[in-house]
Amino acid sequence: MTLEDLRELAEKEQTRQAQFEHRILYCSSAGCVSSGCDAVKTEMKKALEELGLTKKCELVGTGCLGLCGEGPLVFVHSDPTLYQHVDAAAARRIVEEHIGQGKKVQENILDMNDPFFSSQKKIVLENMGNINAESIEEYIAAGGYEALAKALTEMVPEEVVGEIRKAGLRGRGGAGYPTGLKWDIVRKGVADQKYVVCNADEGDPGAFMDRSVLEGDPHRVLEGMAIAGYAVGASQGFVYARAEYPLAIDRLKTAIKQAERLGLLGNRIFESQFNFRIDIRIGAGAFVCGEETALLRSVMGRRGRPKVRPPYPSEKGLWGKPTVINNVETYANVAPILRNGSAWFSAIGTQKSPGTKVFAIAGNVKRPGLIEVPMGIALRKIVFDIGGGTPEGTQFKAAQAGGPSGGCIPTEHLDIPVDYESLQTVGAMMGSGGMIIIDNTSNMVEVAKYFSEFCMDESCGKCIPCRVGTKHIYMMLEKIIKGDATEEDFELLKELCMMVKETSLCGLGQSAPNGVLSTVRFFKDEYLVKLKKSGAPGTIVNQPAAELSPAAAKEA
Amino acid sequence: MKPRVATAWLGGCSGCHMSFLDLDERLIELAEKIDLVYSPIADVKEFPENVDVTLVEGAVANSENEEMAHIIRKNSRIVIAFGDCATTGNVTAMRNSFPLAEVQNRSYIDLADKNPRIPDEYVTIAQLLKTAKPLHEIIKVDVWLHGCPPTADQIWFAISELLQGKIPVLPPAYLRYG
Amino acid sequence: MSVITFIIDDEHYSAKEGDTILQVTRDNKIHIPTLCYLDGLSTFGACRLCVVEIEGSPKLFPACTTKPTEGMIVRTKTDRLKRYRRMIVELLASEGNHQCAVCVVNGHCELQNLAYEVGLDHVRFPYLFPHKSLDATHKEFVMDRNRCVLCTRCVRVCHEVEGAHVWDIAGRGINCEIIADLNQPWGTSESCTSCGKCVRVCPTGALFEKGASIGEMQKERGFIKFIVNARNKSEWVHTAHEEE
Repeated sequence: MTLEDLRELAEKEQTRQAQFEHRILYCSSAGCVSSGCDAVKTEMKKALEELGLTKKCELVGTGCLGLCGEGPLVFVHSDPTLYQHVDAAAARRIVEEHIGQGKKVQENILDMNDPFFSSQKKIVLENMGNINAESIEEYIAAGGYEALAKALTEMVPEEVVGEIRKAGLRGRGGAGYPTGLKWDIVRKGVADQKYVVCNADEGDPGAFMDRSVLEGDPHRVLEGMAIAGYAVGASQGFVYARAEYPLAIDRLKTAIKQAERLGLLGNRIFESQFNFRIDIRIGAGAFVCGEETALLRSVMGRRGRPKVRPPYPSEKGLWGKPTVINNVETYANVAPILRNGSAWFSAIGTQKSPGTKVFAIAGNVKRPGLIEVPMGIALRKIVFDIGGGTPEGTQFKAAQAGGPSGGCIPTEHLDIPVDYESLQTVGAMMGSGGMIIIDNTSNMVEVAKYFSEFCMDESCGKCIPCRVGTKHIYMMLEKIIKGDATEEDFELLKELCMMVKETSLCGLGQSAPNGVLSTVRFFKDEYLVKLKKSGAPGTIVNQPAAELSPAAAKEA
Repeated sequence: MKPRVATAWLGGCSGCHMSFLDLDERLIELAEKIDLVYSPIADVKEFPENVDVTLVEGAVANSENEEMAHIIRKNSRIVIAFGDCATTGNVTAMRNSFPLAEVQNRSYIDLADKNPRIPDEYVTIAQLLKTAKPLHEIIKVDVWLHGCPPTADQIWFAISELLQGKIPVLPPAYLRYG
Repeated sequence: MSVITFIIDDEHYSAKEGDTILQVTRDNKIHIPTLCYLDGLSTFGACRLCVVEIEGSPKLFPACTTKPTEGMIVRTKTDRLKRYRRMIVELLASEGNHQCAVCVVNGHCELQNLAYEVGLDHVRFPYLFPHKSLDATHKEFVMDRNRCVLCTRCVRVCHEVEGAHVWDIAGRGINCEIIADLNQPWGTSESCTSCGKCVRVCPTGALFEKGASIGEMQKERGFIKFIVNARNKSEWVHTAHEEE
C-alpha cells in the first residue's frame, strides 16, 4: 500500500457511494441496539427489496448519532434528515415515503437546527452518521489513514511528536497530561522494545464516550495508535477493552483485520521501515484497571493492582519497557491533528485546553446522549442548550462530572468554563467525560452514597486508606441517611475523607472521597438536617464535656 | 462528701474486677477516700444516681447490658471503659463474625447436655444483641483503660488521677492491649 | 556516586543516589512507622503509614518509595501525619478480628506496637467483624485470616526469596484475602516448601507455628535482609534487629 493506492481506494469508494441516490444511516451503537435498531434495519432492508429500491438507496449502520434518549435514530444522508423514535412501522414509512416518494415522514423528524446539534463541534465524532462503522473503505473515503501516510512518508518521529505538542493535545482520560510530552519521554527512552497502549477500560457510571468511538469509528483509534507507535518507536500496540463492551470489541477486531489486510497495520506500513501490530486485551471489568499502572499489569496477565509511581509507564511500562498509554479519545484526536495541522487544532477550545471534549450526558436531563463540545464551553450551555435542561417541573441542582471520582457542580457555578483547570477549582474534574445531571428530586447525600458505594466496590484492596476507608465512608453515609449520625460522626466523616484523599496510593483512592467532599462543600445543609444534635436523646454523646463534680474534686 | 464511685460488669469475664481486687492493700486506702456506691462486689440492687466515676467492664452483648449502659451514662459524670472487652469488644465480640442463630445453636443446642433449647421465650433472660459492641459504640466514654485485664497499677493510676480531680491521660506505658 | 543533601525535620542529612527517604531515616535512627515495608523484600507502598510531607507539594509521599532530591525539605512528624497515621491504624483495627488477649503473638505484634505508637486509645469507627477463615491444614503452620492485615509480606517473601509463590491475593477491596496456590487448603499446596519464611515475616499472628499458645509466638522478621544480603553480596552479617 502506498499513498497513491490509498487515494485510489478512497476514490473508488466515493464513486461507489455516489451511485446511490440515497444513503440511509441507522445508528448501530449500543444505545440504539438496545432500543431496537436491529428491527429497524431488518424492516428497512425488507422494504427496500420489496420496493426495488436497493439500487437507488444504500442502507448502512453507523456510529452513535448522539441523541441516545430518542433512539432508534435514522439519518437520511443525501437529503439530510434525522428521524427519531423509529420503530418498524416508521422504518417502512421512511423507505416508502421519503426514499420512494420524496416525502419526509414529519412525525419522526428531529430538528437538526436544534441547539443540541448546533452547539457542538465534532472532531472525534466527525464520522458518526457519515460512515459505515464496519467498513474500512468508508473510513478511507472520509480521509482515513491519510494522517498515518503523511506521518510515515513525510515526517520523522520527532516532527510527529512536535506536532502533537504544538497542538497542545492533553490526555482525554481525565488527568489532562500533555500527550506530546508523554510521547516525547517514550521517544527519548532507550529500549529494544516499546509499547503503545490504548486505555479503553471506560468504567465510570453513565459514561459511554470511548465505547461509542470504538463502536462507531474504530479505525480512527487504530490510526492514532499507529501514529503514536511511529512517533515513539514502538512496534506493538495493545487495546485494553473491558469485556462488558462486546460490540466495541467485535468492531475493533473487524477493524484490525481489515487494516492488516490492506497493509495499514503489520510490516512495512506504507512501504516504510515501520512495523506495527495491534492486539486486543480484554479486561474482566475491574474499574481500577482503568488506572494506568493497574491496566498495564492486567495486560501482562497479572493481577490488576496499581503500583507506586514513579517510575511512570513512559519510563517503565509493559514488561519494564517505555510505554505510551493514552485513552481512546486521545488517540481519536491524533489523526485529525496531523491531517489539519496543529494550528487548526489549537485554535479550537481554550489556550490551556485546546480541542474538543466528548461527554456522555445522563441523569435527570431531557436529552441524554453523546456530545462533543469545544473546551471552555460554559457548563450552562451543556446542561440547558444541549441537554435541554432537567425534566418539566424540576429544577437543576448539580452536574456530576468526572465519574465516581469527580464532584458535583452546583447552580452557582453553572457558568464555569468546562476545561481541566476550571473544573478542578470547584472540586470536580474533567474525568473521561461522564456527566450526570441531577435535579431537585435527588438528595445529595444519596448521590454521595451512590458514588461512595461504587468506589468501595471497585477498590482493589491494596492500600489501607482506600480498602477500609471507602467502606467506612459508605457506612457513615448510610448512618447519616438513616438519621442515626451525630455532628461528631459528620466531623469524623470529613476527616476520614481527607485522609483517604491524601494518603491513598492511586488515583482511585485519592479521588474516592470527592463525591462526599464536593457534596459537603456545596450541599452541606442536606447533611446537617439529617444529623442529630450533640446531646439529642438517643445519641451516643449525651453528656457535656466530662468534669468531676466540684464537691468531689475538693474532697479529693 | 467523698467521690461516689461505681463499677459495673457487662459482657465480660469479671477478670477486670479481679484485677481491681489486686489493688490489695491499696484497697484500704481507696476505701477511705471513696464511696463505692455500686459494684458486683457490693450488694446494691439499683444503679444509683449522681455517681462521679463508673468503671464499666465488658462489651455490650445483650439487651440488659445495653439498658444498663444507658443508665450508667445518665447517672455518671465520668464513664471509664474498663478493660479490652469494653474498649474493643475483645473476646466477647469473637462471636460477631458468625450469625447470631449459629452462635445460639452451637451453645444451646449442639453443646447442650440435656434439654437443648434456645432460651428466647423467657422475659427474665436478656436477649443477645446481634453483635457484641465496645462500650463507646453505645454510650459516650471518657477514658479507656486497656488490658485483658488492666493491671492493678494501671487501675490505681487512673483512680489516683481522678481523685485529684484530673481526667486521667494514661502514659504510653499503660497503653497495652491483651 | 553522587550525594544528595536534604532536610528531614529541620536537620540536614545526606543520601546516596537511589536511596529512599525511608532508608535515610533508618540509617540515621529517625523513626517512621511502617507495616508493609520489610528490609530485603521489594517495596509495596500500600500501608501508607510512612507517608511524609515534602515542602512545596500539597500531596503526601510514602517514604519507602520516594527518593530525596537536592535541598528537599521533608517533614515526618507533623500533626496532620500523626492524625492520619492514627486513622490508618484505626482502619486496620476495625477491619480484622484482632483479639490481642487470645493471640499467639500478643506482645510481639507489629500491629499492637503501631497501636501503641499512634496512641490508639480506642477505635472511632465501627468494627467490621468480618467472617474470615482459618487454615490449619498445613502440618506445621496455621494461617488465620482474621488477623491478616494484607501487607503481602508473605506473598513477597515466598515469591522473591523462596521462589515458590504459594501465596497470592484473591478478591478485591474489603474482601481481599491471602490464598494458597489456586485458593486451596495450604496443606494441599504442592508449591509450598514448608520453609516457614512467610510465618517469620508476618507482622501479626495471622501466620504462626502450630503448638504456639497465647503470646508464645515470637517472630524473626529481620532475617530476610540477612538472607538477601548473603545471597546478593556474599555478606553474612546480621543487621537485622534495628527496627524491631
